[in-house]
Amino acid sequence: MKKISPFWIVVVAVIIAGLVFTSTVKNEYYFNAAYVVLQALLMAVAWNVLGGFTGYVNFGSAGFFAVGAYTAIALDKAFGLPLPLLILASGTVCGLIGLALGYLTLRLKGVYFAIATLAMAIVFETLVVNWAYVGGAKGAYILTPDSHLWFDSYIQMLFMVMLLLALAAIAVSRYLNSSRLGRGLAAIRDDEVAAECAGVPTLRLKLISATVMGVMMGVAGAPYPFFVTFVDPVSAFNLFIAVNSIAMPMIGGTAHWIGPVIGALLVGSLQEIITVTVSSELNILFVGLMLVGFITLAPQGIVGLVRKFRGRKP
Amino acid sequence: MSTPVLEVRALVKRFGGFVALNGVDLHVGAGERLGLIGPNGSGKTTMINCISGALYNDEGSIIFEGRDITRMAPHQRTRLGVARSFQIPKPFRSMTVLENLRVPLEYAAWNRAEHRHITDEAMAVLESIGLKHCAQQNSAGLTQVDMRKLELARALAAKPRLLVSDEAMAGLSNAEVDEILEILLALNKRGVAVIMIEHIMRAVMRFSQRVVVLDAGEKIAEGTPDEIVRNPDVERAYLGE
Repeated sequence: MKKISPFWIVVVAVIIAGLVFTSTVKNEYYFNAAYVVLQALLMAVAWNVLGGFTGYVNFGSAGFFAVGAYTAIALDKAFGLPLPLLILASGTVCGLIGLALGYLTLRLKGVYFAIATLAMAIVFETLVVNWAYVGGAKGAYILTPDSHLWFDSYIQMLFMVMLLLALAAIAVSRYLNSSRLGRGLAAIRDDEVAAECAGVPTLRLKLISATVMGVMMGVAGAPYPFFVTFVDPVSAFNLFIAVNSIAMPMIGGTAHWIGPVIGALLVGSLQEIITVTVSSELNILFVGLMLVGFITLAPQGIVGLVRKFRGRKP
Repeated sequence: MSTPVLEVRALVKRFGGFVALNGVDLHVGAGERLGLIGPNGSGKTTMINCISGALYNDEGSIIFEGRDITRMAPHQRTRLGVARSFQIPKPFRSMTVLENLRVPLEYAAWNRAEHRHITDEAMAVLESIGLKHCAQQNSAGLTQVDMRKLELARALAAKPRLLVSDEAMAGLSNAEVDEILEILLALNKRGVAVIMIEHIMRAVMRFSQRVVVLDAGEKIAEGTPDEIVRNPDVERAYLGE
């Protein structure tokens, strides 16, 4: 029989811990904070699939996130679909956008690709601002559904949903990182021409990577309206979401699947702590400083530092 | 002459108004060792870029083992059996030497590799090329000559029937040139046809069964190394009138 990897044991343990957390802790703030961290974690893992594994830096993360959120708003308003279906729909829509964006722009390299993704986010923001059905520039109020399964409150359920989504994303990312597909992506990141000459179908792999990234970001955005209950384009398309999605994997380390997880847990938690104890404005400065520090002192992130101390080549 | 593994017919490649290749014919027999030489800018690298698919030719056709590959993407050509090494080594820098070989084994040779034994196969290639001792080393830290060997090893791991070696020896010492030469000869003994592009005449003359000379995008001479050395057109191309 195949041995069960420690990874899955940890996943099950985290799910159980999550359930225990929801049944024992009553203070809703903790679920709010955990949700924010997990959402950032999911976004970081998503960004890393294209940005870290494949080497294509995406500045449009907020665009995918917001399209995910607004897809949920529109479908909720039109058909009143349940949350799992909304998540599925947002994932599909953003996956398709990832595919289309990839097809149109993955021939661009480096900074040109980054600019194209930023432009895409702006295009979508403009569309949403002018789309009255989902509130346009005024924003939209979303009513939290009454049902929250066996949980004490809706936020507890959302927290659990986000935990499961994040774990699923980590599992996919881990698989990508260690599989044949992942080696193909790494080859593209290292040298695209050499990858192609080694038989790697570079365009197809880049499209897969962009699609997976899109699906994950869309999924991250879908429950957001129910979390904040009021969404406007400025908050959903906030550049800070994009910056966080880049900063967290960079700080954690982009080459390994655990990198964005570590980065998001560390930076996300510290942000929450600083927001509560110091100021909500300072935490943006804090991310910036941390990013600068890591890029100059430890470009391989925390994973790279750990490897260095263990004596392995970065 | 044996049946050709590669047949290039009337290849034309233009860059804007500049004609880099002007109707060049080239054929390589199965298991043949062909030297491709010419002064700088004569179109050698453009030629192999067209053969490997990095560039698409404007006119003419490229036939590999009876199949027209003129419009095929580079990775498909590699899968069919056309491998190339790069003049400036392009290792996958985040990977170890061993992992570098996994990529072509898992992609180019996927249908021909024995999936369970990828590591063994990679090690076998490394052993044959003399890189076994640095299998677990990060590829970015290799010496120049080992980088060149890695280039060849990676091309080899794609299990090609035609290898295009683009100046694998440029800048190496005499002893190192001999090392690379031995590798290419050993490879050829196993039935892989080789197109060797090189400026080091000693290597070209020793290696090639046949030499093709390009100058300003046209083929000006073709023959055995001895014939080429005595060819007045070749002398003129290299030295002027």
